Amino acid sequence: MRKGKGLSIITIVATGIGSALFVILGRFGSIPSGLPDTNIETTYALLALFAILYGPVAGLLIGLIGHTLKDAIFYGSPWFSWVIASAVVGLIIGLAARSIRIHDGEFGAKQIIRFNLIQVLANAIAWFVIAPVLDILIYAEPSNKVFTQGLVAGVSNIVTVAVLGTLLLLAYAKTRTKQGSLTKEA
Amino acid sequence: MKAKMLSYTRQDSPIHRLTGAVKLLFFVLWCVTAMITYDTRCLLAMFVFSLAVFKISKVKFRNFSFVLYLILFFMLLNQLAVYLFSPAEGVKIYGTSHELFHFAGRYNLTAEQLFYQFNILLKYFTVIPMALLFLLTTDPSEFAASLNRIGVSYRISYAVSIAMRYIPDIQRDFQNIAFAAQARGIDMSKKEKLGARIKNVSAVLMPLILTSLQRIETISAAMELRAFGHGRTRTWYNARPFAKGDFLALVLIVAISAGSTLLTFYDGTRFYNIFLNR
Repeated sequence: MRKGKGLSIITIVATGIGSALFVILGRFGSIPSGLPDTNIETTYALLALFAILYGPVAGLLIGLIGHTLKDAIFYGSPWFSWVIASAVVGLIIGLAARSIRIHDGEFGAKQIIRFNLIQVLANAIAWFVIAPVLDILIYAEPSNKVFTQGLVAGVSNIVTVAVLGTLLLLAYAKTRTKQGSLTKEA
Repeated sequence: MKAKMLSYTRQDSPIHRLTGAVKLLFFVLWCVTAMITYDTRCLLAMFVFSLAVFKISKVKFRNFSFVLYLILFFMLLNQLAVYLFSPAEGVKIYGTSHELFHFAGRYNLTAEQLFYQFNILLKYFTVIPMALLFLLTTDPSEFAASLNRIGVSYRISYAVSIAMRYIPDIQRDFQNIAFAAQARGIDMSKKEKLGARIKNVSAVLMPLILTSLQRIETISAAMELRAFGHGRTRTWYNARPFAKGDFLALVLIVAISAGSTLLTFYDGTRFYNIFLNR
């Protein structure tokens, strides 16, 4: 389906629909965790799933477009430092897509561990480093405030993706036919 | 669950008549300029300018009032957090300390801190009117054409256009699935405990995502059949040629960006220090 240069059609459509899902889940799918200002954002589980299904480019673009649209439509103005952090999460998780091969219906213990290692890495880079540093560069906010915010958001996203993301991937893998699942009758 | 969202309403004003591409370019440059500068004079001038543009646009208050309250609430929280975490940030930036009031421990109120937080506030208030205005006066179907016009690849522009087109559909799907789940006793509201609530949300997530995956298949098959992506460029039904007002707006935003950046870095620092010459 991929024709050399440019994005393939499936990536474009997945980006579009994924971004729309990101917007809706970002608005309606976030559960207050009880701590002030920290929500369990189910939308990052979705981002992880789409990144694994459609690859790094789709992951990056869904984070970028979805987060920008969500902020713009519901909160009036995009918060660019966090938008970029979302895009990085999608990109890094998407890089693992090739080694997980969810389309073949294979999602056992090995793949679960691999997926979770990469998502922890992606979320840690995005929320512990990129988001706070950009907050300081762009908005010149106090560093201990933005690093605390980043820490809380990062940990909550890691837990969300670890639980919900893994569940979603497991459920998806079940809908696919396993490679070599046919056996020849003797 | 009916959440209000910002949306375009057809109206006639000089702002509405500008092409989407110019408005997008204006908005992007405006944001970048406001991000770079911490100069109070620039920010104040830009804020007043954006209010003037708002006036010209004849946008009705009730179209965006709900968002405004939300923004003000978050802004207040943010200001409080900034102060709680770092009550001496202003002193650090401006290098002097004029104490006005002392609360307890390290929490005192300095003129520098007040000025610093005033600047943060101002920084947001210069961007928000323009962001609101952009969303309220730009036809979504013209938006993809505008993205393509300012140099974004048409494939990515088309992805944005698909996203905007399907947000209402997916919101409807989400509601239908959530209602169906509720009818079966799966509650997602805050009456449920946290653990059960997460489990129940995932019960709604799964069908929503599976139908969406199916939708992706259908749409991409349809686009493939119509040979999407065959040419190097494409034309847009909603694209409009630039008019006189568009060129005027472009000149204006370039002048504002250049002027603000010059003024900000004229004295070698991002911050405008009113405490220096006292």
